[in-house]
Formats: sequence, structure tokens, C-alpha cells
Amino acid sequence: MDNSQREVIISLKNVTKVLGSVRVIDNVSFDIYKGDIFVIMGCSGSGKSTLLRLMTGILKPDEGNIFIHGRDITKISGKELDEIRRNFGMLFQYSALLDSLDVEENVALPLREHTKLDDHIIKIIVKLKLSLVGLKGFESYYPSEISGGMKKRAGLARAIALDPEIVFYDEPTSGLDPVVAGIIDKLIMDLSRKLLITSVVVTHDMQSVFRIADRVVMIHKGEVIQVGAPEEIRNSSNPYIQQFINGRPEGPIDFFKEDTSILEDLLK
Amino acid sequence: MIESVGRFIIATLEAVGGVLGLFVDTLYWIFVGPFRNKPPRLRPIFYQMVFAGVRSVLIVFFVAIFTGMVLAMQTAYQLEKMGAVIYVASLVAVSLCRELSPVLTALVVAGRVGSAISAELGSMKVTEQIEALETMAINPVRFLVVPRFIALFFMLPALTIVGDISGMLGGFFIGTTSLHLSPDLYIHTNFKYLALKDIYTGLTKAFVFAVIIALIACFEGLNTKGGAEGVGRATTRSVVISFVLIILADCLLTAIFYFSNV
Repeated sequence: MDNSQREVIISLKNVTKVLGSVRVIDNVSFDIYKGDIFVIMGCSGSGKSTLLRLMTGILKPDEGNIFIHGRDITKISGKELDEIRRNFGMLFQYSALLDSLDVEENVALPLREHTKLDDHIIKIIVKLKLSLVGLKGFESYYPSEISGGMKKRAGLARAIALDPEIVFYDEPTSGLDPVVAGIIDKLIMDLSRKLLITSVVVTHDMQSVFRIADRVVMIHKGEVIQVGAPEEIRNSSNPYIQQFINGRPEGPIDFFKEDTSILEDLLK
Repeated sequence: MIESVGRFIIATLEAVGGVLGLFVDTLYWIFVGPFRNKPPRLRPIFYQMVFAGVRSVLIVFFVAIFTGMVLAMQTAYQLEKMGAVIYVASLVAVSLCRELSPVLTALVVAGRVGSAISAELGSMKVTEQIEALETMAINPVRFLVVPRFIALFFMLPALTIVGDISGMLGGFFIGTTSLHLSPDLYIHTNFKYLALKDIYTGLTKAFVFAVIIALIACFEGLNTKGGAEGVGRATTRSVVISFVLIILADCLLTAIFYFSNV
């Protein structure tokens, strides 16, 4: 597909974020197109989740700009950011449902806070969203009473409660069994294809990446290794990407690259 | 040495700034928010009032009634030597209303409610629930801090009144039984030297203590870092800091009332 004709909805330009003394995100730039499922993949600690927090405005970058709908969210007030955030949905890694509210109240929360809808209309919308994720009948359960997979789905129902344009997913399939992971993947695809929601998915589940992605970016140590369609990534000659998608312990991605051996360390 | 002292001072100043910032934010959402279409919700406020106020009545009652009894016995021990046992009644009443009931109630509430607030907000923070609120464009201060602040602000003085009454009841019990004072005389002396200002200076203290407990508990909760251990640390800090600040504020307020002859 020719990307030059398509509408860019999120754009990162030379974004850098330093936490402590580490450059967690180092000069990252990419565009996300409307309606795409855009997957950010990389090892644990590569800066994927930080990238997500930068895009949702929870963290501010030290350098660079982040444009959403052409507006630079690094340079706007908290109030304007909140306006933009109303078009966001986010599914957190551990769902982040509010413990003190039951499933129905959790999904209804954004509706109650940001709309002036009648309570019975809110209840209908909540039922609709819950049936979309297959949780009809679980309205009165509390988050502590349902399984991890159900929490994820309830979190997804909450994320799409306000019919957002963009949904961010932080490791949507991690910690789930393959079947539930498949269900979540299918939900993400359905939302994207049927409702034209733009999805930004952070994951290191390779099966899921090639099942759902329209475009993929590989991040390593806060830097972009490659951006492209899933096929380009799969056939990439880049050693980092090959090591990552095949899950090989040896290669350029090295967790044990300290030069000194343990013996030397012990004898010091 | 100098470096660590400097670091401590900077950390303390940052924390003070953080708490004051939270105070300003809270006041903004209470007084300015309603005019921007964001009025505080009543249901969570009532919920917090029941939790912080109604559920604390029993423990405040017990703490105060026994304090009243102890106070009556201790002062009787002194006053007996001067043959002035009857003044036990007024002494118990005045010292309770001005001093003991506000402080003890505040300490009980800081331990019972402040710690619970810190633990709850702290675990919400470490499980990303606060972050989730932010991404839903829901201000955590408006959503979480304001109801707790308002509830404590009204319930702590109310509990202090409960403390005042139960303390006097404890004094009355000792006075009429082991000190053999007649009930009529005891009640008469109890109120004879108790001025209205004794009660309202006590209640003024309670309002200030409520602000301290709510702000410290919420600040520590919202700034929790690092998992379950962090929640524990935040809870402990919240209680310890509240205790110290309550006593400090009590000393300052008493000095102000004393020297301004209120």
C-alpha cells in the first residue's frame, strides 16, 4: 500500500527521553496511519512501554515532538491534553481496573465523567461494550473476582467505552493462555476493521505480531531498528530482528555482554 | 555529611512543595471546578464520610471515655491535697475540649483513616490505576483526593465533639462513683467553667488536623513507588508524618490561642 497518500494520525519526530542517566528513548521517529494496527515490538526493557507513555502524554519527552492529529502534545496545556485524551482508549498490561468499582461501573466510568448521558443509556452502552468483548452477565463482579483474561477484556470494554479514535494496548496478550490471547487479538482486529479505530500495540508476542499487524516497528535499547510491514520485518536481514523473531539466545541482542567473567568479579 | 544534610533538606523542601501543590489543586477542584462543569460527586463523599466518620465513632468513644476517667483520677489525686476535688469536673471538661479530645481524635483518625487512604491510593498507584485515570482524562485529585479531603474536613470536628462528650462522661462516671461527688454538683461545675471559646478553639484545631491528615495521606499515597513494599512504606510515612505534624500544629495553635487570649 502506498503510505504517502494516507492520513497520519500519530507522528513522532526525533523523540528522546532520559530517565536517570539512561537514554530510554533515543531519537525515535515514525508515523502511524489512520485505521492501522501499529505494533511496537522489542525486548523487555527496550523502551516500548515508555514510548506508549510518551504517546499518551503521561511522560513528557526531553527532546523532540509528538503530534496527534497534527497537534504537538509536548507543547500543550494539561486541559488541552485532556481534550485529546478523550479520543484515546488504553488497555493496560494488568488491566488497571479500579478495584473499588465493579465491572459495570468501571466501564461506565469514562461515560459518567465525560458525557451527560442518562444513567439508563449509560447502562445500555455498557451492556453493548461488554457483549462486544464477551463479558455479558459479569456486570456486578468486582475485578478481584474475575480471571486475568476477563480483566483484560473488561479493560478493553472500558477503553472503547467512549468510541475512541485511537486505542493503545500495553502487552494485551502477555500472561494469557493461547486461546484467550487469540480472542484478544481477534477483538483488536475487529475493532480496527469494523470501527476503523487506530490501534497502537506494544507486545513481544511474535505470534500475535504477525497475526494482527499492519505495520511494525522494532525497538532496541530505545532506538528504532526498522519500521515496515510485517512481511518486510519477517524477511529482514537485520540480525537484531532475526534474533528477536526467532527467539535465539545468541546474537547481537545480548543480556550477558559484560566483558568481565564471573570468576574475575569474584576474585576482585 | 554536609552532602547528606543538603540532600535531606532538598527532599524535605520538595515534599513540602508537593503537599502545598496538592492543597492548591484540591482547593481548585472544590471551589473552581464546579464552575467549570466538574462538580465533586456526592456519592463518593458520603461513602468516605461513612468510612472516616461513622466507623470511627466507637474507637473515638472508647479512647475519650477512658482518657476522661484517667484525667479525673489523676487530677483528683492532686486536688484532694488542697480539698478542691469538686474542681475535677471543670478541669476535665476544659482540658478535654481545648486540648485532649481534638489531639487524641486526630491521632486515632490518622492511624485508622490516614493509613487506609495511603494504602489504598498507594496500591492504586503501583497497579497503574492512577495512570489509567489520567489516560481517561479523569483528574486523580478531583476523583480521589477531593472526596477524602471533604469527608475528613467535616468528620474530624464531628468526631471531636463525640470525643468531648464521651470524655466528660468518663469524668462524670469517676466523679460520681469513686470521688463521691453528687451528680448535680458535678454537672453544674462541669459547665460552670467551660466557656464556648474552649469548645471552638478545640474545633478549630480539629479542622486544621483534618487538613493535615487528608493531605499527607493522599500525598504519600499518590507518590508511592515500588510495589507492595512501597505501599507499606507510604503507609508508615503517612502515619508518622501526620502524627508529628498534628502535635506540632497543636503546639502552634495553642500558642496562638494563648497569646491572643482567645
